Amino acid sequence: MALVNVTINGIPVQAENGSLLIEVARQNGIEIPAFCYYEGMSLQAACRMCLVEVEKAPKLMAGCTLPVAEGMVVRTESEPVVKARKTTLEFLLSNHPLDCPVCDKGGECELQDMTFKYGVGESRFTEVKQHVPEKQWSPVVFYDAPRCILCYRCVRVCNEGMGVGALGISYRGVNAEIIPSHGDHLECDECGSCIDICPVGSLTSGIYRYKTRPWEMEHVGTVCTHCSNGCKTTLGVRNNEIVRGNNRDKSGINGEFLCVKGRYAFDFTQHPERLQTPLVRNEAGELEPASWSRALKLVAEKFKALAGPEFGVIGSTRTTNEENYLLQKFARTALGTHSIDHHRTGDVVTLIDALSGKTGQLAALEDLYTSKAVLVVASDLAQQHPLLAGKIRANFRHHKAAVYAVTPGPVREDKIARRSIRIAEADSLAGVEQLREALAKETELVIVFGDAIQGDKVRQLVAFGESLGIPVKYIALVDYANSRGALDMGLLPGLAPGYHAAAPGRSLQQMLDDSSLAALWVVGANPLKGGRKLAASGAFVVVQDLFLTETAQRADVVLPAASAYEKNGTVTNVCGQVQRLKKGVETVGAKTDLAIIGLLARGMGVNLGKVDADAVFHEIAASVPGYNQLPMPVILTGGAAQTHPVNGGVPASLVPGLIASARDTLFTTGSLTRYSKILNEVLEKPGALYR
Amino acid sequence: MTFSPELEAKFADLITHYPEGRQRAALIPMLMFGQEEVGSITNEFMNEVARRLGLTPMQVDEVVGYYSMLHKKPMGKYHVQVCTNVACMLRGGAELYDQACHKLGLGHKEVSADGLVSLEEVECMGACSWAPAVQVNFDFHHEVTADQLDTILEGLKK
Repeated sequence: MALVNVTINGIPVQAENGSLLIEVARQNGIEIPAFCYYEGMSLQAACRMCLVEVEKAPKLMAGCTLPVAEGMVVRTESEPVVKARKTTLEFLLSNHPLDCPVCDKGGECELQDMTFKYGVGESRFTEVKQHVPEKQWSPVVFYDAPRCILCYRCVRVCNEGMGVGALGISYRGVNAEIIPSHGDHLECDECGSCIDICPVGSLTSGIYRYKTRPWEMEHVGTVCTHCSNGCKTTLGVRNNEIVRGNNRDKSGINGEFLCVKGRYAFDFTQHPERLQTPLVRNEAGELEPASWSRALKLVAEKFKALAGPEFGVIGSTRTTNEENYLLQKFARTALGTHSIDHHRTGDVVTLIDALSGKTGQLAALEDLYTSKAVLVVASDLAQQHPLLAGKIRANFRHHKAAVYAVTPGPVREDKIARRSIRIAEADSLAGVEQLREALAKETELVIVFGDAIQGDKVRQLVAFGESLGIPVKYIALVDYANSRGALDMGLLPGLAPGYHAAAPGRSLQQMLDDSSLAALWVVGANPLKGGRKLAASGAFVVVQDLFLTETAQRADVVLPAASAYEKNGTVTNVCGQVQRLKKGVETVGAKTDLAIIGLLARGMGVNLGKVDADAVFHEIAASVPGYNQLPMPVILTGGAAQTHPVNGGVPASLVPGLIASARDTLFTTGSLTRYSKILNEVLEKPGALYR
Repeated sequence: MTFSPELEAKFADLITHYPEGRQRAALIPMLMFGQEEVGSITNEFMNEVARRLGLTPMQVDEVVGYYSMLHKKPMGKYHVQVCTNVACMLRGGAELYDQACHKLGLGHKEVSADGLVSLEEVECMGACSWAPAVQVNFDFHHEVTADQLDTILEGLKK
């Protein structure tokens, strides 16, 4: 696009013809204040705050809707502009309660900042302010109408950003206010985007309100521990307690996007049933509290005695790459077993194998936003992968991307899809075939597929993609925060880190079914969930977990583990993008899985090298293919870097049928979310409401 | 949701008044005419209109809340609307509204127990040159005096 010359506040700048003045100014370090304008959302022009003086224009112009043109001369802080902004603020404040000292937004409030900047100390309005009592719309959303300045940000983020459309504005003049979808309450994703985007304290969060002042928190940027999308969530920590989750600084691959889990579901860390001390089964057959030293000594002795091929190890989809790496290293070397597995939720292994010899065909998250076309196969993304769904919606909104969906039931993508095909999951590939003609006309494509596509079906899908004759990238969906990392780090029978060959061993199901198993070590998993039984009744079972899960109840020793918000390390998201976890709070009685593995190794006299997150990560970076080319500065500064996995075929064929996604919804992700009070409060009929 | 054949015919005709892709413009007249038949703007009615025009129920709800002549609760058989906007106010509109409140024993948007009469204080209805103006259902009364208002209100019988 052609560049034009514009002068802003006497500074000559160049900008793309037709781009918005407010953006051009921002890109050149000049702030034009605005309440209603929001990057990425449709234009509203409702607040009048962005008025600027443009030479040869008869009156002040709204910078948020003004496209720049050649020779435009703009002044953003001249006397008439400042006067107009003061008047605008006087109007906005005419019915705004000046309750800043008790308002959650105080200190982070855009209206407060602007009032401070322009010094609107007086008002000509003497009328009594119209008061409306505050309303609670859901367990997490409260609305205070008098504080509202009607900027429509919440309405737009709900409509456009989330594709939900649960908010609107009704009534007129001084009575105008935001209304929720169902009369007096909200039925929606409960994502809380409306609360974060509110420039004032009108929408407030049920979990955070009246808890603290923003400046009294520490803000720790880490990665959400629930689904596999890998959203950065910035935890607000006060007195070693997490009181808030958001990502207002737009750091991370998600920008400021978060779903209900990332924003609210950190409260499991403070659940009263959280394990604080090791438990050891006594002679009466009951689990009783024990000291760490006693428990670790017991486990180390037992492990030493039972080490060998009859030892089973089940790893986690939530623990860090470092912990997973160290766990398999410990198992394969010190414990002498090759029976190691985890709860597999998507067939990444076959995808990588099917793509061997090709490069650049594993999509990164950003590809969903930039690709000209996206095909979703056998997954309800809005429920299971909210960030991926959000990126696709944004791609459609900003770039008119062609979206195709092949799913068994209605999905939210239908609203934006060029074509939606309803077909049973088992027949997904036949559904994809129906789209052949349409897809072949696209110039590029990203295919996102769920667990219904596994084994040979993955190969068939890749063959289909190849036959289209256009560049195609793939994402094999997995469920949990580090499901991908567990695969990459070799928590698999027969596959070592980086998908290298390893000696064959039992799969998770085989471990549960094998009555000759002598010992089972479960790190952060719950394989006995849903009434499943361990066939080896005499096996010595050690479980590391946050809670007394079904598996922990069967254990001989339970070791309390730290959550992802309580440790450092790295995790790898569904697209293979590695990000750093940063410790938000300290644990009281629990230890990180990394520390526990290290202590057990020491107790057994095994040398695992230096056991700390950074040291193990360097070992991974030095030895695991795919992780050896990661740009360290990007990761160390909180960015995301995509791994480039082994490219030459995967030397093991895993037993098919062992991959099963848990089919979580927005309000569940395995055992962790059972302990999130807030998620259980907002639990709604999953998926029935908004598509 | 089903409507009378007359109303259906009206809706069908209305939609043809607007260019292709702009059918949502029929929203307000559909709500107005539908309100006459349904009695008020019910949720079911809003959802049906939204479905027919390709809007979300929330978008319909926003419009219903904005316009004072669209009612979510049924109004009386005779809906008395008194304008108190600037022109009418200067010519005694506010006094007329007080008088109506007193005489009917009703407040803003209230309905008599028998459902016969309801009262509403409205914004400008475009009759400024004949202020003060009062409207009963779709009938206008211009340059209304206190005595005339009494007569109008007394005339509201079954």
